[in-house]
Amino acid sequence: MEKLSFRHTTQKALPGAKAQAITGVVASGNLEVLLERALPATECTVEIETPIRGYGDVWAAVVADFVARAQPGGLRITVNDGGARPDTVSLRLLQGARLMEV
Amino acid sequence: MTLVEILAALFPEGHSVTVTDGLVSGEGPFRGGRLAVIGIDGDTALGVDGACRLARDVLDVVRRGDRTPILVAIDSDSQRMSRRDELLGLNEYLAHLAKTLLLADAKGHPTLGLIYGHSAAGAFIATALATRALVGLPGANPSVMDLPSVARVTKLPLDRLEAMAKDTPVFAPGLDNMVRTGAVQAVLDPDRPLAEQIAAVIDALPADDIRDQAGRARGGRPVAEEIAAQVVRDARLG
Amino acid sequence: MSERIIDPAARGWATSWYEASARARIDGFLDAGSFREIIGPEQRRMSPHLPLFDLPRAFDDGMIIGSGRLDGKPVLVAAQEGRFMGGAFGEVHGAKLVGLLRAALPLNPDAVLILFDTGGVRLQEANAGETAIAEVMRAITQVRAAGVPVIGLIGGRAGAYGGGGLIAGTCSRLVVSESGRISVSGPEVIETNKGAEEFDSRDRALVWRTMGGKHRRLTGGADAFADDTVEAFRQAALDAIARAPAFDLTTLEAEQRRLEERLARFGDCRDATEIWTRLGVNDPEAVPALSTADFDALLANLGETTHDAR
Repeated sequence: MEKLSFRHTTQKALPGAKAQAITGVVASGNLEVLLERALPATECTVEIETPIRGYGDVWAAVVADFVARAQPGGLRITVNDGGARPDTVSLRLLQGARLMEV
Repeated sequence: MTLVEILAALFPEGHSVTVTDGLVSGEGPFRGGRLAVIGIDGDTALGVDGACRLARDVLDVVRRGDRTPILVAIDSDSQRMSRRDELLGLNEYLAHLAKTLLLADAKGHPTLGLIYGHSAAGAFIATALATRALVGLPGANPSVMDLPSVARVTKLPLDRLEAMAKDTPVFAPGLDNMVRTGAVQAVLDPDRPLAEQIAAVIDALPADDIRDQAGRARGGRPVAEEIAAQVVRDARLG
Repeated sequence: MSERIIDPAARGWATSWYEASARARIDGFLDAGSFREIIGPEQRRMSPHLPLFDLPRAFDDGMIIGSGRLDGKPVLVAAQEGRFMGGAFGEVHGAKLVGLLRAALPLNPDAVLILFDTGGVRLQEANAGETAIAEVMRAITQVRAAGVPVIGLIGGRAGAYGGGGLIAGTCSRLVVSESGRISVSGPEVIETNKGAEEFDSRDRALVWRTMGGKHRRLTGGADAFADDTVEAFRQAALDAIARAPAFDLTTLEAEQRRLEERLARFGDCRDATEIWTRLGVNDPEAVPALSTADFDALLANLGETTHDAR
């Protein structure tokens, strides 16, 4: 397993008051994303465990794009990857952020 | 030890235990009362017909209303793998057999499993693992699946699995690993009188299911006990 | 943890039990907002063993447990996620269900509901999984003996195979859908061990009529047949709770008679359609395509497939 960890600063906190949410399932080509409101308002961390090694650059780009679009300030995000494609990762991260805005 | 040797050691005055189609059934005098015996011999696979017969034998013991202990002696294959068995609902037959043993236990019959040969998968769960306590004899070989099959399913090289099996009791076949998991309470000493050892286990049967405690203490199931205990602590009706 | 956790990816499919995730099934099945998860994903109680095999872990290890309400009744509920490791029993996965059943004794809920979706034992944790299945079966009989029904619901993509089939047979009542399969050896396992002449696992029609929901319901291996919707399973579970058999000698003697009679009547049948014919089904070839309403009407005419012998 490869472990990746990213830390970003956002311009604002993610709206909403939901403390945590989970989306997705760990299966082939899929992933699960756990989101917890656990950080200062303009910080966001994303930790990933993936069985597919050597794609750190792709993960970095997908996460950076997600942070720029969703502004998930305050979230600690943890990902269990089952070998998902980048577009699936992107979709799940955005779904997760939307759940937290409820 | 073979079944013949086991029965001779348990019942020096003789017994009525017979083996038909690999199914073991009967009883013998034991400590002023009786000891009922059911089981599977000769690496026989357990199918619908065999499970049904063994369950009937267990219910016959329960119906008598005394507290005759029941020994479940096992040297079996896995469940019988066939279209007919599944068509007829093998899961119900195996579950029914396990339930009869669990009912006997609940009705005050000490139930004790003795694995002296092989056993695997559904046959193991329906028989020896459905007793209050399971003990083994050296040379017994319980398994869920042999390592070559595990290698096929997990797509890991066999030599790597064999290396992992040495210090990972949670998945490797064999009696020692089932001891460390807590499923097998103890391994008996074939050089000591068997009847005394069986009697001692029956006298000290645990009141509760302590297999997960044993698994933690022996390192074969490091977290199961703690997880189950936390669930009991945290559970509330809403 | 009082917060509801919903999988929005599955929400659009949530009317289909088969397609829904385990979390979506629980969410749609229980009274809205009533689910309280025990050992939620935020506790990260993941498998200690899968990393050895270089396999990804899930926060809940594929077993979601908790309490909630079903039409106002307090219940305990467990749901397996069939898409994670085939819903198979590993150490944590199994221990969560063991703990839930043990908790039922002091809590005395109206029922314990098990939403099966499992291929059986997780080979990477085989000894732990097998032992946990034995612990679950013991605990189920204790819960039933205490008067609490244990209801199994089977309609997920992984079915109830291997030890999952044995656990199912230990429950008070079983609800199954068309796509719910109950079996010990799976089609691929039989074919691998005994050859394609014994069981051709690619013959899906054969798989469904040998192990599928309609065959199990017709032969008494399941007690209720439900449409593949969360609502249908909910209603069937409520009905099952209301008429669950006791766990005692009378029930097991009745089950013994029931299973012996099945062997005597159908033991020489090669195919499910032969069994259905002997049961009195006029057109066995039509059974797989019957709607739930037509299938229920057929069951009512047969009259003998409903029993308290489990």
